[in-house]
Amino acid sequence: MTIAAQTSLPAARAAESQIPKAAREAGFAALVMLGLSFPILALRTEQNMSNELILTSRWSWALIACIAVFIARFVQILFRSALAKTLTVFGSLVLLGGLARAAGAAFDTFAASVFAIGVALVALGLVWERRAATTPPSTRTAAERFAWFAPAKPYVAPFALGLLAAYPLLALAAVGQGGSIKWIDNFGIQILIYIMLGWGLNIVVGLAGLLDLGYVAFYAVGAYAYALISTQVIPATFPGLGVWAFWICLPISGLLAALWGILLGFPVLRLRGDYLAIVTLAFGEIIRLVLINWVDFSNGYAGISSIPRPSFFGVPFNASDEGFAALFGLEFSPIYRTIFLYYVILCLALLTAFVTVRLRRLPVGRAWEALREDEIACRSLGINTTNTKLTAFALGAMFGGFAGCFFAARQGFISPESFTFLESAQVLAIVVLGGTGSLLGVVIASIALVGGFEILRELDFLKQVFGESFDPTQYRTLLFGLSMVLIMLWKPRGLVSTREPTAFLKESKAVSSSLVKEGHG
Amino acid sequence: MSASLQTRTAAPLLQVDHLTMRFGGLVAINDLSFEARAGDITALIGPNGAGKTTVFNCITGFYKPTEGMITLTHPDGSSYLLERLPDFRINWRAKVARTFQNIRLFQGMTVLENLLVAQHNPLMIASGMTFLGVLGTKGYRESSRKSIEKAEYWLEKTGLVERADDAAGDLPYGAQRRLEIARAMCTDPVLLCLDEPAAGLNPRESLELNTLLRSIRKDHGTAILLIEHDMSVVMEISDHVVVLDYGTKIADGTPEEVRNDPRVIAAYLGVEDEEVEEVEAEVEVVAEQVEAEHKA
Repeated sequence: MTIAAQTSLPAARAAESQIPKAAREAGFAALVMLGLSFPILALRTEQNMSNELILTSRWSWALIACIAVFIARFVQILFRSALAKTLTVFGSLVLLGGLARAAGAAFDTFAASVFAIGVALVALGLVWERRAATTPPSTRTAAERFAWFAPAKPYVAPFALGLLAAYPLLALAAVGQGGSIKWIDNFGIQILIYIMLGWGLNIVVGLAGLLDLGYVAFYAVGAYAYALISTQVIPATFPGLGVWAFWICLPISGLLAALWGILLGFPVLRLRGDYLAIVTLAFGEIIRLVLINWVDFSNGYAGISSIPRPSFFGVPFNASDEGFAALFGLEFSPIYRTIFLYYVILCLALLTAFVTVRLRRLPVGRAWEALREDEIACRSLGINTTNTKLTAFALGAMFGGFAGCFFAARQGFISPESFTFLESAQVLAIVVLGGTGSLLGVVIASIALVGGFEILRELDFLKQVFGESFDPTQYRTLLFGLSMVLIMLWKPRGLVSTREPTAFLKESKAVSSSLVKEGHG
Repeated sequence: MSASLQTRTAAPLLQVDHLTMRFGGLVAINDLSFEARAGDITALIGPNGAGKTTVFNCITGFYKPTEGMITLTHPDGSSYLLERLPDFRINWRAKVARTFQNIRLFQGMTVLENLLVAQHNPLMIASGMTFLGVLGTKGYRESSRKSIEKAEYWLEKTGLVERADDAAGDLPYGAQRRLEIARAMCTDPVLLCLDEPAAGLNPRESLELNTLLRSIRKDHGTAILLIEHDMSVVMEISDHVVVLDYGTKIADGTPEEVRNDPRVIAAYLGVEDEEVEEVEAEVEVVAEQVEAEHKA
């Protein structure tokens, strides 16, 4: 007891002496915020009834922004515990939100409850900081702290897989047929497509260390391969195979994309780093521009419509007597196709993961990682770096092609608009945020980025705080950029940055991210 | 023993003929000829900038020489013209392995993984160019197990077996040097080229290195070509020393001969100020003699 008191005293004193410094720093940060918010938040031009621009002022907005920055900086300097910092800052923001609501509309029960939540959060943060300041800093390593979790570790993967498999049924049970399409399609399928693209690009960027900014090109090749073959080639040659179109075209799309991966690979073999990134970026644009301008081939901007949907292994999902619903004695509903599509993309994504995990432990996968670490050393050990790079490009492209084929089949309509550079950038962002080389990181980043955007549509309650005209989806890009900056500050090498070894003698020890190279092309 | 000695003298393992390497106007290597015999430790020494590493880069295919021929003859009689092979084939077909002056390990991979990457080509064949490996066939699992055993053998030999599952970048400097040698040896070379293996080692580590290199030669019959500044290593273990200065060979012989060569003393070890003129005159005489010999 006395020892605890003795150790706590200097800490408390140190914290007190920090207050003037923290206040000074926070005041400076608030001043900077004032300078920034003055032209953006405080002044606003609006059109009045007679189409004239008039200047309106929103000083309260600027004031709130400055107070928020002041509190955040103050707490950041003064507090030691990261959790206490987060709680206090978040609580203060909620408090400010309540204040804004009270000032804007009225002090009603809603504003009062927001106030209550804010006060509770701040109080919790202060209590936690008090606790953290009085207990000596923990010397336990991360492994020791999570020791309680160790027995559950082998069950995590099966549990996650089971959850993924049961997801559509859970959604169905929770919100019924009508409501669940949104959850299965917008959340489930959409996120899984990006997970699969992320895992495919992970082979090129994460394992082989080749920065590819044109990955969407292979996605487009896969999608157009399916669209063109199923709408043009199959009806003209073997119309009877129409119901099987998706299953026939899936491998063809993958192979075509892999071929294009090799075609791209050859000219860029000698390029490294920035130069490689620029050429791959250009390659992605070339594919898109060809699709736009070669109208005879791809129908240009108009795109390709009425692409056949996948069948349940030959049984179409329609209301006819031969359809899926009739065959299984169910009432016709579009939900069955959505659920089926969910399982198809789940299987494709799991195939990608399985192949990646397997290949990492094979000589070719080790050669990819060795290439990322040191290309010259690879050559001195007899590794044919040309072939190694080309296999990485081809395999990554193949999975992109599979995903593209699925995308075309799910949408039923594709146009070059779906394959812009932004798609490449988003997939690359998923890989980089997740932590290059990590499969789990890609999953978390996909859920956060893709699922996070979808969630924005659901946040209607924010309208109560910010007014009826507030639309959270308009802040997509802002939040995207902000979250990228924050994650990169907090975890510069991505969410899951340690590397699992592919072989071990006695025990497998994760390799720290500070040693793993990013690759230089 | 005598038979093996005869075969040694009959066909040099590595023969470098009239090797010249120019970078623009700079002549890094000028008409260099020397040979390294099978089972020998040949040292290549010379002051900084003499062109030693350039010779290595020519032998291991990282540079294509401007002129000259580099012939490698295996004990079984097959021979390779190294200047014509692409770099990865020099290791895989001609069986020449090398280490680097500034260590080039795969730092983010574990020590064991480094040694497995070195066995890439045999494992690639065993995995049926990946296809059988994905299926996990018995043959591949067997060769995968063997590759780990081989890695373990070299880890024991270099005293790294305790660190097998640590990241290579986490090892101390001396251990990284040893690991690089172990990694090169995992490719089963007939000629091992070491670029300053003792640089940055303390005296005890230098001694261990000598033991390791001797054992590589004795137990595996691997010839070693060595660039080194540490004379305790060079004089102690090498059978044959080649001295370079400004890209030209100035001496070639046993360590004893080289040590007493006035040109080597002048160029490499340096001379007292008052002796400079004297030595320079001497060097000129020797140089003329050598030139006359060449013309003859």
